[in-house]
Amino acid sequence: MSTQDPSLDALLARGYQHGFVTDIESDTVAPGLDRDTVRFISAKKGEPQFLLDWRLQALDRWYEMKEPHWAKLQYKPIDYQDISYYSAPKAKTDGPKSLADVDPKLLATYEKLGVPLHERARLAGVAVDAVFDSVSVATTFKDRLSAAGVIFCPFSEAVHNHPELIERWLGTVVPYGDNYYAALNSAVFTDGSFVYIPKGVRCPMELSTYFRINAAKTGQFERTLIVADEGSHVSYLEGCTAPMRDENQLHAAVVELLALDDAQIKYSTVQNWYPGDENGVGGIYNFVTKRGECRGRNSRISWTQVETGSAITWKYPSCVLRGENSVGEFYSVAVTANYQQADTGTKMIHIGANTRSTIVSKGISAGHAQNTYRGQVSVMPGAHGARNFTQCDSLLLGGQCGAHTVPYIEVKNPQATVEHEASTSRISEEQLFYCLQRGLSQEDAINLIVGGFCKTVFRELPMEFAVEAQNLLAVSLEGAVG
Amino acid sequence: MTTPLLSIRDLRVRIGDREVLQGINLDVPAGQVHAIMGPNGSGKSSLSHVLAGKPGYTVTGGSVLFKGQDLLALPAEERAREGMFLGFQYPVEIPGVNNAYLLRAALNAARRHRSEPEVDAFDFLALVKSRMQLMRMDESFLSRGVNEGFSGGEKKRNEILQMLVLEPSLAVLDETDSGLDIDALKVVAAGIQTLRAPDRAIVLVTHYQRLLDHVAPDQVHVLARGRIIKSGGPELALELERRGYDWLLDDAA
Repeated sequence: MSTQDPSLDALLARGYQHGFVTDIESDTVAPGLDRDTVRFISAKKGEPQFLLDWRLQALDRWYEMKEPHWAKLQYKPIDYQDISYYSAPKAKTDGPKSLADVDPKLLATYEKLGVPLHERARLAGVAVDAVFDSVSVATTFKDRLSAAGVIFCPFSEAVHNHPELIERWLGTVVPYGDNYYAALNSAVFTDGSFVYIPKGVRCPMELSTYFRINAAKTGQFERTLIVADEGSHVSYLEGCTAPMRDENQLHAAVVELLALDDAQIKYSTVQNWYPGDENGVGGIYNFVTKRGECRGRNSRISWTQVETGSAITWKYPSCVLRGENSVGEFYSVAVTANYQQADTGTKMIHIGANTRSTIVSKGISAGHAQNTYRGQVSVMPGAHGARNFTQCDSLLLGGQCGAHTVPYIEVKNPQATVEHEASTSRISEEQLFYCLQRGLSQEDAINLIVGGFCKTVFRELPMEFAVEAQNLLAVSLEGAVG
Repeated sequence: MTTPLLSIRDLRVRIGDREVLQGINLDVPAGQVHAIMGPNGSGKSSLSHVLAGKPGYTVTGGSVLFKGQDLLALPAEERAREGMFLGFQYPVEIPGVNNAYLLRAALNAARRHRSEPEVDAFDFLALVKSRMQLMRMDESFLSRGVNEGFSGGEKKRNEILQMLVLEPSLAVLDETDSGLDIDALKVVAAGIQTLRAPDRAIVLVTHYQRLLDHVAPDQVHVLARGRIIKSGGPELALELERRGYDWLLDDAA
């Protein structure tokens, strides 16, 4: 199909027929999505032909697909032709001029989360010339990584500096036609992260998006690819406990993890995007495809997520356990308050022999929120000796919220062991009163009990993140029980 | 005569339509131990719960003064911070929250209330370990979940440990002795004795004389059908042990 496309140069020379308000020099395209939009994005980023072709194939596939509606989520239809798919990083003059111009509510939240002062400005989108400490920190950080041979850079940078790696691995875990949102992302993604850990290398530090400078605005269609070559180890932290300012409502990210023989990837997420106000107005729609493939023997992929933000969450970080003896893990805390809706869970696909998976999901609902755990455990015929353990617990705060558990279990090998435990409980009056009788405030008591409920997940998080996550939980549930 | 630490006047309480306390009068001076005994369903636990501010009870009349202030006007957590401790008959499990964490939070809540600095981790550990020794508890207990998987006896010991760390001015112990074997009873009794002090009072809610063998009460009250029908010295408990409650109930009827 790409043979019919004019070459990139010809395209650029021709200008843009429909949709674009400005020429190539401009920074934003008019709303709408067609092949020209994709060519524009690819040209803007100076991408090689293979990537443009791939994007266009993805777009064609997307046209053929239907938006999925099986999740327990309710929202107004999304008009995909009413979204602008490219917007260059905003000029520094945009946004608040100083912290004095920032919404005091947001600042109060930063305060509670213990976000350092200089960071508050950056997160609130205040125009700052340099990112203070982060710049020097990030430089030392880059030196240490490159000494170890680790590649960690914005996706668009990797496309230029390591096109062979991108061409080799992109879409091998999440193909562009995987699902509606993955296809959309593949066609129009703007940036994200790329990580490559060479053979036998144990990444000398935890990789955090926090340190990935010059990627402050990765936009609504983020693409992340992490490849752990044989015998390597990496721990990756995505997100930040502090709420990020973002005007885009629709987010559809794709994360691909690939672990070769004896490799280990630990991927931790804290997601705290704007959930809408207390009446359910506004908020981010988050449709994410995250998948890891344990392609090699004895490989291991572990997802840990703490989800407190977004109005709508549609997200199932999964593991394809192809390599013999490979291990997949999913630890999740999903908090929904007010009118938030989350349909989240995981898929564990056991293909190789003696593959093992563990799922621990903790859902917390408050207010009018709806929280669904949706999980799939599949054991393929060749997965002799496969084992899965699933535990999903739901905690309800207040009487108008809902918790739902939808497990799909498919076992095609008679020697497999699959265990599923589920519980739903209300925060108990007895527990609350016990804490009050010991002098704790109602709010502290709730945080204590909910923190205890989430403990098995929090202890999977890297130390500092775990403390932040606990604080985040407290902020998210503020006023949840009157 | 000084004001009693706890002074209950004509306290009337309902759960739904049922009047569970029908005019309780009770004074507990500082420095004393009072035992409240009575048959099942007589209102003993209701009285303990109402004093601690448990939701679900409606006070329809009367007053409770604690250290001279209106106890019933305070929310449950403030009663606790003011030094009113309830030892629960059935301590609840709080999975995933470790004992040390809850206890330190409790201690610091009370200290903040008294405008004292919070206790640091080091001093706290020293304090709690010394009390645990007294209660013959293993140190591994500190990192276990609150009452999580505890035996009945361990739960009761934990209540007394919390009491010894918090050092309340009034401790109401609701059937702390039930479900304890002889050795555990002695340990728990020794813990209670440790708290006895001229500025503190203890109310023991119990069915049996056996705890009172180890913790001698100054006064014994019999609660039946939501009223205190008889009060006396320690000898009253012995008499109840011998004769049961029926003779009193008949008198009161």
